Amino acid sequence: MNELTEGFGWIADPQHWSGPDGIFARLVQHIELSVVSLIVAALIAVPVGLVVGHTRRGQVVAVQIANMGRAIPSLAIVSVMYLVFVSNWPAYAFGFAPTFIALTLLGIPSILVNTYVGVQQVDPDTVEAARGMGMTGRQVLARLEVPLAIPLIMTGLRLAAVTIVATATLSALIGGGTLGRYIVDGYAQQDTPKLVAGALLVAGLAVATELLFSLLTWMTTPRTRSSGRRGRRAMVPPGPAPSHPPVNPSGA
Amino acid sequence: MIAQAGGEPLIRWDWIADHLDEIAADGLQHVVLTVSAVGLALLIGLPIAIVAQRHRRLYPPVTWISGILYTIPSLAAIAFLIPITGLSLTTVVIPLTGYCLLILIRNVVAGLDGVPQDVKEAATGMGYTSRQLLWRVELPMAAPVIIAGIRIATVSTIGLATIGGLIGRGGFGQLIFEGLETDFWTPLLLGSFLSLVLALLADIGLLGIQRLTTPWARGMRVVTT
Repeated sequence: MNELTEGFGWIADPQHWSGPDGIFARLVQHIELSVVSLIVAALIAVPVGLVVGHTRRGQVVAVQIANMGRAIPSLAIVSVMYLVFVSNWPAYAFGFAPTFIALTLLGIPSILVNTYVGVQQVDPDTVEAARGMGMTGRQVLARLEVPLAIPLIMTGLRLAAVTIVATATLSALIGGGTLGRYIVDGYAQQDTPKLVAGALLVAGLAVATELLFSLLTWMTTPRTRSSGRRGRRAMVPPGPAPSHPPVNPSGA
Repeated sequence: MIAQAGGEPLIRWDWIADHLDEIAADGLQHVVLTVSAVGLALLIGLPIAIVAQRHRRLYPPVTWISGILYTIPSLAAIAFLIPITGLSLTTVVIPLTGYCLLILIRNVVAGLDGVPQDVKEAATGMGYTSRQLLWRVELPMAAPVIIAGIRIATVSTIGLATIGGLIGRGGFGQLIFEGLETDFWTPLLLGSFLSLVLALLADIGLLGIQRLTTPWARGMRVVTT
């Protein structure tokens, strides 16, 4: 437990907060990289998931992508991206660019599959009724399927966000500057307080991300007046549905 | 996409031929890490899941705690443990076990939940004690979902184990780290590729076991995503 105290002591030292290698700068880099990657992943995966779910076409491919995503180690994706950049664009090889692409790729499967499942699980009778009322396919998607799929889309975003924040740590291995720097440098310099401080900061940020997205999910989950407090939450569990656990390809 | 830097071929087969012993040792370590982590997680998670499935109030705190464990990035978890358990396999096995727990507990509970009430009542009516009910009826019927959970846990663990390469205990991950440290593509690509192959083999193998041990479930839809 002594190491833990030393780790906290390292974080508490104001000297470690300023400068280009300070906690503040590293935290900003970590969050910046994660947010940009998550946004790009969502911009790609949500529309594709909506189309797959709405048309019910390409489901097998979507699930296969998700399965492959789980089998490929995140370390391998980051490393191979680094390799590609060193070979082609060496000026951008260290840090942001390769990790950004790797993180985006890692974020896509969970968002894609959860979006698709969210749309697809909408009761076919409800869709039928909406069609009978004269709604076009686009209207069905926008007014019915998307709102009903929001809890699962949020679950996908949460899983992707946690994966991305966790894996952004690995960018330190290829010369990038995230909170992972302290772990990699602390290990290389045999500086235990720094190593433990890095672990605490990274774990804290990951847990904070999880909590933030849980809160967002709770806030965006529609609750109808008639169904009361437990209404929609009972229908679509906020966590991964047990028989259909949302896909989290990696938890690095 | 990947240029051949300075006339150096992308994969140097002679390097692979010279390092077969090392590669085999890494593969063995990868298997040991995975089997230990998934096995330990089963030993811990199965009783927890069985209890949580019967006493529903315990389920939310159980998933909450295992969910937090699942959230902690593996590199951070390994870094935490280095001062305590040193550069040993244990340092890598502990976080991997933690990640498996959530997946396994969830699937065991889902599997047990899926056992129809009337089947349980029929067994009880035939005089089964609750222990017999669990071992002879509930667990066998839940087996396809439980094995599906083991598949997911195993495949994820094989991928995550590579991070252990940081401390030289990551199976094929060592090759990836070696490649990164020396900017040498052969071990980097080989380590990534072999880790992926191992994950796919484990997935297919477990699917086979699932089919063999629970032949009645073949027509059943077991969702593995």
